[in-house]
Amino acid sequence: MTATASPERTGPHDTASRPSRRGDRTFEGIVRVAAFTILVSLVAVFIFLAIEGWVGLTADPSTYEPFTSFITYITPLVVSTLLASAIALIVAVPFAIAVALFISHYAPRRLAAVLAYLVDLLAAVPSVVFGLWGGRYLAAYLQPLHVWLHAHFGFLPFFGPEPPSPNGRSLFTAGIVLAIMILPIITAISREVFAQTPRLHEEAALALGATRWEMIRYAVFPYARSGMVSGVMLGLGRALGETMAVAMVLATTPNTTLNVIGVASPPTIAANIALNYKESTPERQSLLIATGLVLFVVTFLVNFAARWIAGRSARRMDR
Amino acid sequence: MNTFSVRRVAVPAIAVLTVGLTLTACGNNNDNGGGSSTGGSGGGTINGGGSTAQAVAQQTWRSNYQKQNGGTINYEEVGSGTGVENFISKAYVFAGSDAFLTPQQINQAKSACGGDPIEVPNYVSPIAVAFNLPGIKSLNLDGETIANIFNGSITTWNDPKIAQLNPNANLPSTAISPIHRSDDSGTTFNFTDYLSQASNGAWSDAANVTWPKSVSGGQGLDGTSGVIGGLTDTPGAIGYADDSAVKATDLGVASVKVGNDFNPPTAEGAAKVLELSPLEHGRGPDDMAIKVDRTSTEKGTYPLLLVSYVMACPTYSDATTANTVKGYLTYVVSSDGQQAAAQSAGSAPLPASLSQKATTILSKISSGS
Repeated sequence: MTATASPERTGPHDTASRPSRRGDRTFEGIVRVAAFTILVSLVAVFIFLAIEGWVGLTADPSTYEPFTSFITYITPLVVSTLLASAIALIVAVPFAIAVALFISHYAPRRLAAVLAYLVDLLAAVPSVVFGLWGGRYLAAYLQPLHVWLHAHFGFLPFFGPEPPSPNGRSLFTAGIVLAIMILPIITAISREVFAQTPRLHEEAALALGATRWEMIRYAVFPYARSGMVSGVMLGLGRALGETMAVAMVLATTPNTTLNVIGVASPPTIAANIALNYKESTPERQSLLIATGLVLFVVTFLVNFAARWIAGRSARRMDR
Repeated sequence: MNTFSVRRVAVPAIAVLTVGLTLTACGNNNDNGGGSSTGGSGGGTINGGGSTAQAVAQQTWRSNYQKQNGGTINYEEVGSGTGVENFISKAYVFAGSDAFLTPQQINQAKSACGGDPIEVPNYVSPIAVAFNLPGIKSLNLDGETIANIFNGSITTWNDPKIAQLNPNANLPSTAISPIHRSDDSGTTFNFTDYLSQASNGAWSDAANVTWPKSVSGGQGLDGTSGVIGGLTDTPGAIGYADDSAVKATDLGVASVKVGNDFNPPTAEGAAKVLELSPLEHGRGPDDMAIKVDRTSTEKGTYPLLLVSYVMACPTYSDATTANTVKGYLTYVVSSDGQQAAAQSAGSAPLPASLSQKATTILSKISSGS
C-alpha cells in the first residue's frame, strides 16, 4: 500500500499548478465517500434487519405456522439454502475452471475472445428468465436423471428413500440452475487471474520439461489460487442469496429433507421471503425479516471466510 | 486538456439542467394533481391497495369509475397483509384483503379511522380443483376424497374411492401428484377451510393461508401461475386455483359433491353459498365478515369459493376523499361493478341481497366527525 501511495503524494505532480492538486484532493474525496457509502449502506441494512426482525425472533408461536418456534422455522430453510448452494458449487466450480483454463491457455486467441464474451453474456440473463426456463423447460429434461439417480444411488440420503420428483421441480434442478447462474462469475475471475500468471514462470516450467498440464498445475494454479478462491466465494454468495430462480423452479414443502431429488423440498431462505412477504400479516413479515437477518449473517460469514482465505494465500505469495 | 476542460464544464451543467427540469416536472405534476381534486363530487385522488386476487377486477373498476367521474383511484397490488397494514397506518384510505380483519386489527383500525372500520365483501370467485389426466375432462369428487388425495392417503388415480364416485370414467393407474401454493395465499385459506369443514374429519388442520406441515408429499409452487404451470407439465397432477385461471387451460376440472349432486365450479353456485352463509359473530353493524358455510346441501351451490373484502373508514377528515371513497366503493359493490368484474376477471357477482346491504353500509361514509 505505502509503495503505491507515496509517489502520488510526493511525485512529480506535486510541483505542478495548484488546480491539479485541488483536482486530486477532490477526487480523493469522491473515492472516499464512495467507499464509506458502501460501509454505511451495509450497516444500515444490518440495523434495519435487526430492528425490524427482532420481534420475529420471539413472537407468538402461531406466527411460526406451520411450525412453533423460530429455530424449527428456520432450520429447514437453512438446510435447503446450504444444499442448493453446495449442488451449485459442485457442478459449477470444475466446469468454470475448465472453461477459464480453455479460454486462457488452450483456445486460439480469436475463439477465446468469442467464448469469453459468451460466458460474460450468461451473467446478463435475468434470474427471472433462468427461473422460467429452469422450471418449465430444464426440469422436464432433468426428470429422467432424477429417476436414474434414485434407482442407482437411492441408498444415499440425498437421493432417497422417497420416490423421485414427477416433474423435476426439485432442489437438484434448482441447484443446476444456480450453477449456470454462478458459472460466469467464477469463470470471469479465474480467467483473469490465469492470464496474469507471469510468462516467465510458465516458460520456466516448460523449459524444465513439464507438459502443458504440469505447467498449469505447478505454475498457473499456485499463482492463481487466491483469485480462484475469491471467484468461488463470490459465486457462493450469489447462490446463497439467489431468490427468483429458486422460487420459480423449486416445488416446496415445509418438511425438512436431505433428499434433493424428492417431490419437494423446503425453499431457501431468500426464496421463502420472496414467496411469502406479500400476503402476510405484520408479525409474519417481521419473522421473514428475521430470516433475512440469518441469511445476512450466513452470507457475511461466507464473505469473511473468502477474504481470509484469499488474504492467507496472498500473504504466502508475498513471502 | 482541452476536451477535459470542456467536459468539466459540460458535466455539471447537464447535471444542473437535469435536476432543474426534474424538479419543474414534479412541480407541474403536483399542480395538476391538486387542481383536479376540486369539489366533493367524488372525483378526487385516493390511494388503496392490498389483495392480489382482486387485481384484475380492481383494474376494471378503476378505469370504469375514472371514466365516469374523473379523479384518480390508485390500487397497489401489494398483497392482503401489506394492504391491511397500510390501511391501519393510514397510508391507504381503503384496502382489499382476502381475509377479514382480526379482532386485533379491528382495534388498530378503530384508532386509525376514529370509529369502527367498514368491511364489506366485494370480490367472490369460485376455486376449481383441476387435474391433468389425458382424455379426462371431468371427475366427480367429494370433500373427503379431495382431502385424502391432498393429504397423501390416496396415491393413485384408479383408487377404489375415486372409482366409486366415477363409475363411468376410465381411470389410469398414474400416481397422483398433489400441487399446492408455496406462497401464503387467500386461495389456500379458502381451500383448506373447505377441506376442514367438508371432509368428515379426513383433513385434520384448521384453515390457514399457509399450507400445513402435517401434510407431506405435495408440491408447493409459486402463485396461481406456478400451480397452473405445474399442473400442465405434470401428468397425474391435481391442484387448486382460481376458476378463471383454470378455464384458460385444457386441464380437467372436478365436480364437487353437494348433497346428492356433483356441481362444477360456477359463479352462480358460489354466490348462492355466500347468500346462505351467516355473518361472523360479535362484530360491528358495518362489518360484513362472512362465515362461509361450505357444508350446505342446497341444490346448485358450489362451496369452494374465495371471498375478498374491502375495508374503509366510516369518516374521513377531507370531503373529497370521503366522497371519492364512497363513490368508488359503492360502484364496486353495485351490480354494474360486479358484472364488469365478472366479465374481466371471471369472478362471481355478489348476490343482490349482499350487494344492497354493502351499498347501504358504504353510503354512510361521510366527512368530518
